[in-house]
Amino acid sequence: MDSTPALPRAIGIETIGMTKRFGAHAALDDVSMKIERGGFHALLGENGAGKSTLVKCVMGFYAPTAGTVLVDGREAEITNPKGAQARGLGMVYQHFTLVPSLTGAENLVIARADAPAILDWKAQRAVLADFMDRMPFRLNLDRPVAELAAGEKQKLEIVKQLYLEARFLILDEPTSVLTPSEAEEVLGLLRAMTDRGDLTVLMISHKFHEVETFARSLSVLRRGRLVGGGAVGTLSRDDMAALMIGERTVRTLAARIGDADAGREVLRVEGVTATDPSGLRHIAIDSLRVRAREIVGIAGVSGNGQKELADVLGGQIRATAGRVIVAGAPYSGTRSESRSRKVRFIPEEPLRNACAPRMSVSENLAFRAFDRRGDAAGGPPTLWLDKRAMAARARELIARFKVKTASAEAPIATLSGGNVQRAVLARELTDPVDLLIVVNPCFGLDFAAVSEIRNRIVAARNAGAAVLLISEDLDEILELSDRILVMSDGRLVYETPAAAAEAGTIGRHMAGHH
Amino acid sequence: MSEDLGLWSVLIAVIGGAIRVSTPFLFVSLGETITERSGRINLGLEGTLVFGAMSAYGTAVLTNSPWAGVAVAALAGAAFGLLHGFVCRLPRVNDVAVGIALMLFGSGLAFFLGKPFIQPSAPPLPAIPFGFWSSLPQVQAALQVNVLFLAGAALSVFLWWAFRNTKAGLIVRVVGDSADAARAMGYDVDRVRLYATATGGALAGIGGAYLSLYYPGSWNEGVSSGQGLMAVALVIFARWNPLACFGAALLFGGAGALGPALQSVGVSQGYYLFYAAPYVLTLALLIATASPDRALAGAPGELSLSK
Repeated sequence: MDSTPALPRAIGIETIGMTKRFGAHAALDDVSMKIERGGFHALLGENGAGKSTLVKCVMGFYAPTAGTVLVDGREAEITNPKGAQARGLGMVYQHFTLVPSLTGAENLVIARADAPAILDWKAQRAVLADFMDRMPFRLNLDRPVAELAAGEKQKLEIVKQLYLEARFLILDEPTSVLTPSEAEEVLGLLRAMTDRGDLTVLMISHKFHEVETFARSLSVLRRGRLVGGGAVGTLSRDDMAALMIGERTVRTLAARIGDADAGREVLRVEGVTATDPSGLRHIAIDSLRVRAREIVGIAGVSGNGQKELADVLGGQIRATAGRVIVAGAPYSGTRSESRSRKVRFIPEEPLRNACAPRMSVSENLAFRAFDRRGDAAGGPPTLWLDKRAMAARARELIARFKVKTASAEAPIATLSGGNVQRAVLARELTDPVDLLIVVNPCFGLDFAAVSEIRNRIVAARNAGAAVLLISEDLDEILELSDRILVMSDGRLVYETPAAAAEAGTIGRHMAGHH
Repeated sequence: MSEDLGLWSVLIAVIGGAIRVSTPFLFVSLGETITERSGRINLGLEGTLVFGAMSAYGTAVLTNSPWAGVAVAALAGAAFGLLHGFVCRLPRVNDVAVGIALMLFGSGLAFFLGKPFIQPSAPPLPAIPFGFWSSLPQVQAALQVNVLFLAGAALSVFLWWAFRNTKAGLIVRVVGDSADAARAMGYDVDRVRLYATATGGALAGIGGAYLSLYYPGSWNEGVSSGQGLMAVALVIFARWNPLACFGAALLFGGAGALGPALQSVGVSQGYYLFYAAPYVLTLALLIATASPDRALAGAPGELSLSK
């Protein structure tokens, strides 16, 4: 007689010969991988290496071209995410799948397939409270998800999967929106669950230290193939990087030349306050200065006001108080101001925020100058377009910035993320630049594209531009900046010269401990 | 005595008008709330309202039962909703354009089929005389409350409750706020929207039945005068909240009664201006509640007008 109640136990997953073709392109090529019950397995690979394709095949989003999934050693036909859920498989996506206007409790309850037709909230709340007591995270379930910070949403996503009784959990870059300490907390607690045998975890990650600290085993994908793996500890970081990148030369970062021009302050932000369109996030920037030939990096966890700051600088939302001064005069982000003061703005997600997706590469490249003739930047705008000059300029920029596109006339939405970013950089960086504002320039790009784009930013700085770099990638901030600021809860809370920067201190300030 | 009431009679008339005129607003706006909460906008409810009025009147004339008229109007409205929902699930179809087409189609069809029913008179829907305690005829007239008004009031409370406390209510909100999340949970987004649009159409049809079977209480081509369209604006003003819809419908009904009330107390000049009160009110409220710096609070995320 067993007196302990039957707890949901972890399940093991195995893929055999998983292959997925999109037309002639094999996104996934004969991948066989086994994840033991209670394992914590890391899946490494560059963007486009097939990691997402693999987990989407496992979860039933894609029908694999060939190959099978074994659940606990038995072949399982999973044709949709609901079927995966029924078998105890759950996935936490990079983008949130929570419904913004519903509260945490409503999100949890409605996600259950067996939610009752009429919800007795008193009883539901009791069940939820009991469930949350067993959960590693403390969360307020009564607030609409839209009001939660990104880290809380991520925790709620994980809690939701556990509430749905997932016993095999796939995490797609789970810590990209968390502070370092939150990331350790979340992964540590999940690791503890796997150690107890309650859960199996498959984690997609780019961060070697996370993999080494929390995973027990790992696999590396490159171009759709499984190229290596094994127990954590048997591979060094160099080995892992070599497996991920393969035989390819990666350009090293261009050296910084010269020091900041102390006499030339290009951007000054004084006492600016603003509120985002939802009315939920507020920022208050007391003082921010960027000088010529200087990269000022603003670090921070997603959702701490960086986007609102960028929107104020780009003229997308109005400041409720304070002043933005560029080159000695007030600046509000209009086209004529940005032209005359040589301000260039590269927002995050450039395809959505800096391009017209269905217009051609050539047209997108012409956005800055389509209504000018030649180099007469000061002249009156023209009424008709010089298509021939636009096409010639596009061809030149495509060649110079190595934008991979089928043709200059292809819609820019058909390009990969890295090539969209290259095209936007080509548009923004060809003319002389005095102030460059970039937000998350390398988000979601692969190694090669990342180093090239960072080189371009450093080159702009060396040429004398003042650069404001807003990034959620701390490594990027540390690598590129001359001076580092930390943004937390809508304020700049910490400043340090990059030479004296210490990741731990910055991380603490990012997390709001200051 | 009744001659001495003066301005009081205007107030009583406005209150009575609010109760009498608001019912179609209320039903159409509740129906549209359900549809928009599911992430679709149905501008065709004006056509549904007119067709509901015609079909209810015709049925009541033929069967001599006003309730049969209400039922037929609801069915006809649901059919229009289903048509809208079905067309919108086709690829590259815009719900606003389909709505406008259905608005014209519904009105046109109603005028075409309704020609024989302009002359005969139909039995009206029953009302409850809540003004029995007063000796004033104005008060008695104002407190003649139709059964459908009470049903609408109860329905708005029920919907307010149901959006938070029933699985169906939550599913509608999920679908309306994030289609991706709904698909990830395994719900068929198009089907939920189809049902929500059909329910919305049925309610609009009932609103039409009230028009022709109680107030104004006859069938003609000018029976609605744009109330179905204003109810759509009213939903936005009410921020997709059924209880607020009830309040907003009363406000619009009261505003609509202002012109006739002033006319009845002998204001002979300019009262036509007050006939425009609901329309001016619509504009004024939308402008007053607008803001260039804020997103529409409470708007379902999937709605084409808030996307």
